[in-house]
Amino acid sequence: MNNLLFMIVKRVALGVLTLILLSLLIFLSVEALPGDLAQEILGQQATPEAVAAIRKDLGLDLPPHIRYVNWLGGMLQGDFGTSLALKRPIIDLIAPRLQNTLFLTLYTACIAVPLAILLGMMASLFRNSYFDRISNASALSAISMPEFFVGYILIYFLALSGYFPSMANITPSTPLFEKLYACFLPALTLTLVVTAHMMRMTRAAIINILALPYIEMAHLKGVRPSRIIFRHALPNALAPIVNVVALNLAYLITGVVIVEIVFVFPGLGQLMVDGVRFRDVPVVQASSLVFASAYVGLNLLADIISTATNPRLMRRK
Amino acid sequence: MSLFSVMIWLPVVVVSCLAAGWLFQQALILLVNETTAKFLRTAPLTACFGMLTIIFYIIFAVFAPFIAPYEQYEILAGAFEPWAYPYVLGTDNLGRDVLSRLVYGARNTVGIAFLITALAFIVGTVLGIYSALRGGLIDQLFGRFIDVLMAIPTLIFSLLMLTIFGTSVLSLVLVIATIDSTRVFRIARAVALNIVVLDYIEAAKLRGESTAYLITREILPNSMAPLAAEFGLRFCFVFLTISSLSFLGLGLQPPLADWGSMVRDNAELISFGDITPLIPAGAIAVLTIAVNFVVDWLLHRASGLKD
Repeated sequence: MNNLLFMIVKRVALGVLTLILLSLLIFLSVEALPGDLAQEILGQQATPEAVAAIRKDLGLDLPPHIRYVNWLGGMLQGDFGTSLALKRPIIDLIAPRLQNTLFLTLYTACIAVPLAILLGMMASLFRNSYFDRISNASALSAISMPEFFVGYILIYFLALSGYFPSMANITPSTPLFEKLYACFLPALTLTLVVTAHMMRMTRAAIINILALPYIEMAHLKGVRPSRIIFRHALPNALAPIVNVVALNLAYLITGVVIVEIVFVFPGLGQLMVDGVRFRDVPVVQASSLVFASAYVGLNLLADIISTATNPRLMRRK
Repeated sequence: MSLFSVMIWLPVVVVSCLAAGWLFQQALILLVNETTAKFLRTAPLTACFGMLTIIFYIIFAVFAPFIAPYEQYEILAGAFEPWAYPYVLGTDNLGRDVLSRLVYGARNTVGIAFLITALAFIVGTVLGIYSALRGGLIDQLFGRFIDVLMAIPTLIFSLLMLTIFGTSVLSLVLVIATIDSTRVFRIARAVALNIVVLDYIEAAKLRGESTAYLITREILPNSMAPLAAEFGLRFCFVFLTISSLSFLGLGLQPPLADWGSMVRDNAELISFGDITPLIPAGAIAVLTIAVNFVVDWLLHRASGLKD
């Protein structure tokens, strides 16, 4: 048990270190930009005096390591700086949009995770049957489609005929049921893309385990196929499956950007793409850091669970 | 076209695709020698259809100037002309021929995606296996560094990098190849990790074999199946990433014809019930589906998951 606790503490510490290095990477990559924020704000016709004044105002005249510490310290206290394009504190822009994005991701996960695991287990149970082949082929097709293709197809068939809204326009005051209705098409788009991947990985993980000798033993002593899957194979396949789920949830974060653009959904992805378009550097920095933190967290979780359930990995130095 | 008519047409399309795959398989079997024919007979119809489609795309990419009726940059008519001769698929938002741009898109988008994947693979595989083999401090250092790079999702990282390095084709290739080699690293390392604990690696180490020998002669051959499959999948991911970036207006730059940006340019048509923007998006989807079908078959063969 102590071993386990030690492993978790170690992993979390490494995760925090990863985040710090990551913030350094994001900070330095913006440093590499030609010119700086002061010139960016004032444009090309600015006088050197005006640029110097703004630099002093923003603290850009300080050496980089002090600015980095200030920037990171501000982030930790919830001060993400000010948007250049909108002249508003970034935290006010990010907070409601992050909430929307999390809502959409959670909505998708609630549909996709149980569906994917169920389909994966059924496909491995009835492998090489027509069910397996058809589900495998459709999963492959769904993985292969760009999110915007799936999104526009759904708009074409389900929104133009008036079943669902094509624009997911939600505000914090929208009641939950209406929110679920408005976000149905974006969530469905993400579900189609993510479920396929998760289902295939689940199937592969279980089939790999079914090839092991102890499963053959179970077969030979006459255990029912469903019992073999649920009692013998599933506990051992859990680590790879959890890994797949966490990785795919992390993948959702990328998918969300495209889907938010297609459905004009007021989320963090849209904020970031707008930031890139207007070269609003502080917004791009802050949103990539938020996306990255979510990604690191999910990967960390996957890592801890898969290590904790595999004694061979626990003992590896 | 309503949802109902799609329900009817979808099985028809699927069956005719499989029929085309079957015809292609039979034609190939007649053409090649006995051993290859035996190998081909094991291919499922989906894989045959995949191969046929990939060959089609390659033909379009190579012979684009001869197939396309117009140049990719040529402005010929008003914006958004309907589907009628001489512009079979209409014109786009600037009045360029959609069909010609579609054909040229095969060359631009697919070529660059392939180049990026190959680059990412060479770097990722070698570093991944080496790291698994060495373990200890080197593994930790590599692993954490890759973790830092991987801690930003592909699209987010490429958005950040492309804002900084600009959106030229060279920086697109280098940025995406670097980002994707981290994914290859992780897979190669994970696959190799299961192999390095096996007895025959221990035996080879005790024999005093060099690291290069261990990587190329012991580990790589035994991890070929998952890595080959990963190459196909990785190509699809790269292809989709490039298309997504183009869709956001940050990938291949105009006036180069590219499927992702074609979707973005014509996206407003969809709300009028015009399916023109779905065609380039479909072209992306069909190629990735085809590659995936072939990869799936190869993986199935190589892994010995026969039943």
